[in-house]
Amino acid sequence: MARLAAPLDSLLVMPEQVTNKSKRKFNFFDSIEKPTEWFIRLCGWSSIIGIAAIFLFIFKEAAPMLPRLDWVTFFTSPRWIPNPAPGNPASFGALALLVGTFTTTFIALIIAVPVGLGAAVYISEFAKGKVKETLKVVIELLAAIPSIVWGFIGLMVLGPLIKTVFTAAPGSWWGQVMVTLHLASAETGAAQGTNLLTGGVILALMAVPVIVSLSEDALRAVPDSFREAALALGANPWETVRRVLFPAARNGLLAACMLGMGRAVGETMAVLLATGHNNRIPAALTDPVRTMTATIAAEMGETVFGDPHYRVLFILGIVLFAITCSINVASDLIIKGVKKANKA
Amino acid sequence: MSAPVQHCITTKDVCLWYAKFQALINVTVNIKQGKITSLIGPSGCGKTTLLRCFNRINERYDYVTTRGEIKILGKNIYDEDVSLIELRKKVGMVFQRPNPLPISVYENIVFGLRIHHERSATKQSVLDEAVEKALTEVRLWDDLKDRLDTKATTLQLEQQQKLCIARLLPLKPDIILMDEPCSALDVEGTRAIEELMFELKGRYSIVIVTHNMAQARRASDECIFMLMGELVEHTRTEDLFLTPKNPKTAEYIEGRYG
Repeated sequence: MARLAAPLDSLLVMPEQVTNKSKRKFNFFDSIEKPTEWFIRLCGWSSIIGIAAIFLFIFKEAAPMLPRLDWVTFFTSPRWIPNPAPGNPASFGALALLVGTFTTTFIALIIAVPVGLGAAVYISEFAKGKVKETLKVVIELLAAIPSIVWGFIGLMVLGPLIKTVFTAAPGSWWGQVMVTLHLASAETGAAQGTNLLTGGVILALMAVPVIVSLSEDALRAVPDSFREAALALGANPWETVRRVLFPAARNGLLAACMLGMGRAVGETMAVLLATGHNNRIPAALTDPVRTMTATIAAEMGETVFGDPHYRVLFILGIVLFAITCSINVASDLIIKGVKKANKA
Repeated sequence: MSAPVQHCITTKDVCLWYAKFQALINVTVNIKQGKITSLIGPSGCGKTTLLRCFNRINERYDYVTTRGEIKILGKNIYDEDVSLIELRKKVGMVFQRPNPLPISVYENIVFGLRIHHERSATKQSVLDEAVEKALTEVRLWDDLKDRLDTKATTLQLEQQQKLCIARLLPLKPDIILMDEPCSALDVEGTRAIEELMFELKGRYSIVIVTHNMAQARRASDECIFMLMGELVEHTRTEDLFLTPKNPKTAEYIEGRYG
């Protein structure tokens, strides 16, 4: 190599530099180039190593229970009785927990996706100057609020508010409406403030900042020439957003919503406080529920290391892991599908 | 004598500021209907800025201030009662880089119809007809008739730019503004766009900004030379290139600066 490079070097550098170069034996930056390359490579691979390690660990803890667990009961029964008592045999039915996780996430997304996309469109396309900067900072701040604080808010502020709204005298029209529309199970309204709706709203508030900031990035990445093209054809701003920006930023917006969903599925502390933590399948919007994450958090401390309850909680973890993985893979596939459809 | 000359665009003392910087200084110009008029001048002389006044697209930046009068087909477009949407229907624009929308070829062409008409008025048959007519007019129909569902941003640049012209046509504009439409294209593409301009001329008035003096010379009927935000000379293209009146124009077309 050196021999090949030498004639070129002599052509390119001035004579005095040549003499300098021949003196130079050791260059610090040359010497750390290889190690740096390896270090960066390691950083790149660390996420894969991390994921593999996490999966292995959870799997190892859950493994002895995997063949012994009654899977049919696990997925179809709401009877979650980890500590058997006389006349009340142990049963690991996680259906209500699954339903709890999915219903709270569903309600969160119904609220967070339109609000998040709307806010992102406003910030990226309509807000100007100070308003825009302020909104961006505040949204980032919102994302920085610890989940336990969201839990407090659910428990102390939103819960009582929802309880007040969803309360009626027996026989009143509101009571009738609530029962008919499955807003509440009883004519008197919600039994407690912490319930499915409260948990869903809190999760929505937590997912909104994620959706807003990622969607805003996606919208900002749309080349300005598309906006000019649409405007020059006489489109008003709303038509530009709907007909041009949404199709152009579709992948990014989808990814934003998926990450928001991931946040909602995986959230633990806030839902533990805000959902009522009641292991049953909700029949109405204001029934208390319990999620998988909250169950793990609440029960892990009281299990005996290595007993079935302990291991089943890890199986719950695997199920959660599988759900979030499939959300990610699904969003990847959707994005790729969208890309292909565009190319075809 | 023939009928009096019709002007499609007339401006009076147009001044424009980007924040504090004045980019246009008292520009007064009459642009003839049905002709190709080119705007030439060195970078930063305000030719693109002037072009972008004619469909008021400059206004999307809120630091832009415009003063003066711009009449398009006899109507001052800076009047209160002017609808930007109607204005931009009458005055189409082609940009420097081809910017078809990231949707199908078909949807690009019917985009204008969709946004300017009620859903009931845009029947499938009407749209299909408009697409065929517009693509035929820009000579893309034979190439693209089987690929109308292709995403427009995947076409060749030349096809993209032709498509950008084609999508203006269903709106039946009176004026087509072109902002260096060939600067992203190769020789063949440039020739194709110029030929297209000749075909469209007459039915549409075309105003084209160009950096390429040779292009202005071969492709335009009238030529406007601008310098430092001011209009220096406006005359027939041959006259401007053969017998420029202003010494600055002469020096520029000789290539002394710019």
